[in-house]
Amino acid sequence: MKLEGVGIVGYGVYIPRYRIKVEEIAKIWGGDAKSISNGLKIFEKAVADYDEDAATIAVEAARNAVRMASIDPKDIGAIYVGSESHPYTVKPTATIVAEAIGASPELTAADYEFACKAGTAGIQTCMGLVASNIIKYGLAIGSDTAQGAPGDALEYTASSGGVAYIIGKDKLIASIEGTYSYTTDTPDFWRKEGQPYPRHGGRFTGAPAFFKHVYNASIGLMESLNLKPQDFDYAVFHQPNGKFPRKVAKMLGFTIEQIEEGILVDKIGNTYSGSSLMGLAAVLDKAESGERIMLTSFGSGAGSDSFSILVEEGIKKIRGKVPSVEDYIKRKKYLDYATYAKLRRKIKVIS
Amino acid sequence: MSNVPRFWRNLKRRYNLIGTKCLNCNELYFPPRQLCPKCRRASKIEDVQLKGRGEVLTYTIIHSAPKRFEGQTPYIMAIIQLEEGPKLTAQIVDCDPTEIDIGMKVEMVFRRIQEDGDAGLIYYGYKFRPIAN
Amino acid sequence: MKVAIIGVGLTRFGELWETSFSHLFVEAGANALRDAGVDGKDVEAIFVGNMSAGRFVDQEHISCLIADQAGLNPIPATRIEAACASGGHALRQGIMSILSGFHDLVVVGGVEKMTDVMTESTTQTLATAADQEWEAFLGMTFPGLYAMMARRHMYEFGTTREQLALVSVKNHRNAIHNPYAQYHVEITVDDVLNSPIIADPLRLLDCSPITDGAACVVLASERKAREYTDSPIYITGSGQATSTLSLHSRKQIPVVDSTINAAKEAYKRAGKSPKDIQVAEVHDAFTIGEIMAIENLGFFNIGEGGKATEEGETEIGGKIPVNTSGGLKAKGHPVGATGVAQAVEIVLQLRGDAKGRQVDADIGLTHNVGGSGGTAVVHIYEKG
Repeated sequence: MKLEGVGIVGYGVYIPRYRIKVEEIAKIWGGDAKSISNGLKIFEKAVADYDEDAATIAVEAARNAVRMASIDPKDIGAIYVGSESHPYTVKPTATIVAEAIGASPELTAADYEFACKAGTAGIQTCMGLVASNIIKYGLAIGSDTAQGAPGDALEYTASSGGVAYIIGKDKLIASIEGTYSYTTDTPDFWRKEGQPYPRHGGRFTGAPAFFKHVYNASIGLMESLNLKPQDFDYAVFHQPNGKFPRKVAKMLGFTIEQIEEGILVDKIGNTYSGSSLMGLAAVLDKAESGERIMLTSFGSGAGSDSFSILVEEGIKKIRGKVPSVEDYIKRKKYLDYATYAKLRRKIKVIS
Repeated sequence: MSNVPRFWRNLKRRYNLIGTKCLNCNELYFPPRQLCPKCRRASKIEDVQLKGRGEVLTYTIIHSAPKRFEGQTPYIMAIIQLEEGPKLTAQIVDCDPTEIDIGMKVEMVFRRIQEDGDAGLIYYGYKFRPIAN
Repeated sequence: MKVAIIGVGLTRFGELWETSFSHLFVEAGANALRDAGVDGKDVEAIFVGNMSAGRFVDQEHISCLIADQAGLNPIPATRIEAACASGGHALRQGIMSILSGFHDLVVVGGVEKMTDVMTESTTQTLATAADQEWEAFLGMTFPGLYAMMARRHMYEFGTTREQLALVSVKNHRNAIHNPYAQYHVEITVDDVLNSPIIADPLRLLDCSPITDGAACVVLASERKAREYTDSPIYITGSGQATSTLSLHSRKQIPVVDSTINAAKEAYKRAGKSPKDIQVAEVHDAFTIGEIMAIENLGFFNIGEGGKATEEGETEIGGKIPVNTSGGLKAKGHPVGATGVAQAVEIVLQLRGDAKGRQVDADIGLTHNVGGSGGTAVVHIYEKG
């Protein structure tokens, strides 16, 4: 179904300063760094500082988004924070964000969890609330300090970062033409209450999970809007590694040129709820008015949300107001594994 | 310290650097004051949002820290003079101990300040980082 | 003004594992009464400085405990708290009780038992002297505050790391001759510079230690003093001042304005000026503290304290001997007792009883600071 008048008013990202290289992790666990880098198409990942978590990252991204949009934060009527690493199991991250950007108290807020697609789920909720005139602006955030168990294959990619989008009807920098979701009960990756690290189904995370859902959601979106891959200037997919988004793009008929701008996983790792949304931000940092972008997220468990986004004239006015994805990518400092293990609290400390 | 109501009472100020202003003499205060020491009974105090940019006046690198801060050592603490005038104490992050200096320009960031043990609350608030050139 | 000190008493300072809180006070009090030749029944009131018995030994209501254990019920006993300046403040309260005519003979004491809790807990308790909401909560430590003053002092005045170390070296040398001191060991500048870093630029040997101890003096009106001695030491000046609780709120970071204001009052009351002072006990909780103190008390110009220390002006035999007892650094710093222990040292010096570290002096001064300078109290003493 074609949507009218709802879109993105502003967006903001945040990537922590620290990085760890694939070689540094491989060195500890006896992995072959070269084959991992070649196979997963990943070289380094972003690491949050000791005093950062999904809430602080969400706040930094949200503050950038509000500054870019130049809106009064009191006009934000809903905040949804999607994450698989909310600092509390019970107690919302969204209230912390609401208070820290000065949006409280007249708003609704909640935390979302759907593995790596909780952020796009938040966007869809905001779209509904905005389209129905229940709220003026909605803020949807994907933010994570993702953790793979030490030595697990996930450890090479699970990273930290966050993205915030303000959804509204006026001052649009990009309109959302439509959205389509595809959801099944597919247990490819999970973490139970009280467990520090997730478990996953290994190769089961591929065909029946990532590829099936991303493919079907993207196809469904295009069919509903009567669009073909050639109608898009860019396509952004969830990127658990560098291989999967490239492969699914090919399956769908997108070219390498259409997807390269939105692939960041090689430089910052998989920011989980922030992953595809960070790719979209990198594209919006460069895109021209009139260009069309496809965004398809993926959340294990499993589901995909696909969007068609049309860049508007307003994009010119907001350029350079806040740090870009590239600014954050360039700002980096490498860690050794021991420091990384300390910062990410992988070392057991008696308190 | 840091039991729940005590933290909650100052939460907005710690999250957003909301200080106070005396409308009688225009002096700004952060940390906030309920009475202006210059005007005393003539004080007219209201909240004021500070921009969160300033300059390092002095600093130290804490190596011997209270229990709740041990995970962060060595960490930098500084007195910062805000652009609007008030001075405050804050931690400096995203900065190596070798990089910090008097006169450095810094901006506010949102971080975890401390945690009330494994099961207790997380206290968030302002810290500062160098402003990238 | 004139109030006599007719007796002084101390306990040994240090890690006194076998000695309890109340035992410390009773021992120092008994020593002071013996020194004065005063019988317990003649004591009219007790004033006791103590920072944090509640946190250190889980005991509040210590005024009662002390009067009880000293066998002095039912006389009034009052506790005074001003962080590390509690002792100096208690002394001033005792002085005022006599000058007002309320009492003729009182005991003023200070006591702290710091080693019954683990070091980290002691450190946290000391940090309560800083602003809990806007300093300590954010990760600031007490040494950290003085480190920031030191950094700014070095930046503004060119004070050197070695000059700071020399304060510690001198005070350790002086303490060798003080039998009550916690440390009887000489240290070198290199020892200080190679000691563990605490809060850069301050190192372990820039910091006063954790100490148990008590100190007492017997105060009497001029008239009453004559019943006991022909040669009392008189307190002729007293000054006390406050500043902001937090360091960041002060106009200047490397200048302790509460010391300047307290000194101004004390000099005025005594009719003296800095150049009249011949020996001083100042608050060297951290080495930078002594450098700022000798500037803010007017012995040296602001910014020249480091140079004066380097040139030996504050050594025994120098222009103005400072911390002949070993100071807080080497004698030890049982926080609530410190202000009173400083008075004990000046009395010993003016009486000529400071064996091994004796200076030739008729007029002395004590300077006691609370927190990072939120409170200061200064007293001036003269030979009768």
